[in-house]
Amino acid sequence: MAREEKCIYLDNNATTPTDPRVLDAMLPYFHTMPGNPSSIHAAGRKARQAVDSARGRVSALLGCRSDEIYFTSGGTESDNIAIKGTCFAQEERKKIITSSIEHHAVLTVCEYMQKFGYELVKVPVDRHGIVDLDFLNRAVDDHTLLVSIMHANNETGTIEPIQKIIEITRRHGAIFHTDAVQTVGKIPIDTNALMVDMLSLSGHKFYGPKGIGALYVRRGIRFDPLAHGGHHERSKRAGTENVPGIIGLGEACAIALNEMTAEELRLKALRDRLWQSIWEKIPKVSLNGHPTERLSGTLNFSVEYVEGESMLLKLDLEGICASSGSACTSGSLEASHVLVAMGIPHALAHGSLRFSLGRFNTEKDTDAVINVLPGIVEKLREISPLYQR
Amino acid sequence: MQYSQKVMDHFMNPRNVGEIENPDGIGTCGNPVCGDLMTFHIKVEPHSDDLNAARISQIRFKTFGCGAAIAVASMASEMAQGKTLSEVIQMSRDDVANSLDGLPPIKMHCSNIGVQAIQEAIKDYLKRIGRQDLAVKVKGCPKESH
Ligand SMILES: Cc1ncc(COP(=O)(O)O)c(C=O)c1O
Ligand code: FES
Repeated sequence: MAREEKCIYLDNNATTPTDPRVLDAMLPYFHTMPGNPSSIHAAGRKARQAVDSARGRVSALLGCRSDEIYFTSGGTESDNIAIKGTCFAQEERKKIITSSIEHHAVLTVCEYMQKFGYELVKVPVDRHGIVDLDFLNRAVDDHTLLVSIMHANNETGTIEPIQKIIEITRRHGAIFHTDAVQTVGKIPIDTNALMVDMLSLSGHKFYGPKGIGALYVRRGIRFDPLAHGGHHERSKRAGTENVPGIIGLGEACAIALNEMTAEELRLKALRDRLWQSIWEKIPKVSLNGHPTERLSGTLNFSVEYVEGESMLLKLDLEGICASSGSACTSGSLEASHVLVAMGIPHALAHGSLRFSLGRFNTEKDTDAVINVLPGIVEKLREISPLYQR
Repeated sequence: MQYSQKVMDHFMNPRNVGEIENPDGIGTCGNPVCGDLMTFHIKVEPHSDDLNAARISQIRFKTFGCGAAIAVASMASEMAQGKTLSEVIQMSRDDVANSLDGLPPIKMHCSNIGVQAIQEAIKDYLKRIGRQDLAVKVKGCPKESH
C-alpha cells in the first residue's frame, strides 16, 4: 500500500484515472438502475433515457447530431469499425491511405485490409511528426476509399493539420477518418466545421472509464457493422449497451466541455516548466515532437547515452510512472515506430522518455521528477559505454 | 513484466562497474535484437596461455541497455571474477539467467551479450599474448553485432 500511495502518475496518454464525478454518475447503473435499454418496462425506459442523454453529451462535445454517435468498446473497436466497416460497405474503391505514425489500432487494421485486395499507402512525417501534405496530395486519387490520419499522436503529442488533410481528401471524394483518441476532451473539436467523416474516441483517455468509446459517423457515410446481432446502435453495433460505461463517457464529455479551455492552459504551463527544468539540469536532452503544435500535457524527449527502460525502472522505484519508446520496453523489441518514422536515430529513440500530464497532476508531481531524474540519468550514464564525460 | 528481486538488486547496485587502466583484454558486444551495447575490461593472472591456469583477477563492465542487461552484466562479472579462463568460456547465458533467479522470456536475449562480451575480452587477451590460434576457438560475439 505504501508504494501505491506514493504513485505519481505521469502516464495519462496511456490511460487516465477515472474522475470521481464520472464514477459517481456511473455507480447507480450497476445495481439500483439495472435496466436493459431494450426493455419496455420502467427500468428499461430509465436506462434508455440515460443512454440517450449520454449520447447527447458526447455529441455536444463534438458539435454533431446525437444520431451520428455510435457507442463502442473503445478506441480500438472504433478504429476497426471505421476502417473495415467502410471497406465492407462498398466495392468500387480499393485504396486506403494512412500515416506512418498511427496507433496500432489503425496501422494493423489497414495492413490487414491488404489481404482483401486493398492497396495501402503510408504517408511519411517530418522530424516533428507532421504528415507530409505534398505526399498525401500526390497519393490521394479517385480510387481512394479512405484516408485515416490521427488527430494527435499518443507518443509525441504532435497535432496533425487535419483541416488541410480533409481539404485534400475531399477533392477526390474519399472518406476521411481520424483517430482522435488523444484529442477528444483535450482540445476543441467541431466535426461540422471540420467536415470530418468519421472520428474515433475512447473514454479512458479523458477521465472516463476503460472499455467504452464511440465512433462519430457523419450522416450519409455508409459503413457495415462488425458485430451483427440485435438492433442496438441503429443495427450498427449489436450487443446490450454498456450502460454504466456509456453514462461515464457522457459525464466525462460534459466535464471536458466545461473545463477543457482552462485545463489546457494549466497543463501547458506545468509541462513547459517541467521541460525547462529538465533541459537546464540534464545535458544532452532533446525534445521529440512538434515544439508548438502539440498536446499541452505531452512531453516526449530523448536522453543521450542511456536506455529508456532502465530510466523507467528507476523512476518506478521512486514512485513515478512514465513511459518510453525504447526497443527494450516494447513487446516486439523494436524501437517506437513513431520516433523512427520521424527520423530520430535508433540510439535516441532508445533513450526516449514520455511524461504525459493530466487533470490530477500538480506542480508537486513535476517537482518530484525534477528532483530525481538528473540523478537517475547521471548514474546510468556512469554505467554507459557510450558516455564520455 | 516482472523482474526477480535478484535482477532488481543487481540493477540498483551493479557490481564491478567501470573500466580498467591497462587491461589485459577488452570485449564489446552489441545486441542485434534491440541495439544495446556491453563492454568488459579484464585483468588476467598469471599471464599464461594455459586456459586452466590463467584466471580473471579483475573485471569491469559498462552497459547501455535495459534493466535486465545491466543486471546480466553485473552478475556475469561476479561469476567470472577469480575463475579460470576455461571456466569462464564455458559459462552459458542460462547459467547467468539462473543465477539471477530467471529472466522474463522476452529478456533472455539480453543474457546472450553478457557472456559473449566476456568471451570477446578473453579472445582479445589471447590475441594480445600471441595465441591467435586459441582466440579463434572462443565463440565471442556474432560478427554482425560488433
Ligand atoms: C491514438 C490511439 N488510438 C487508439 C487507442 C486505443 O484505444 P483503446 O485503448 O480505447 O482501445 C489508443 C490508446 O491506447 C491511442 O492512444
Ligand atoms: S538490452 Fe534491450 S531488451 Fe535488454
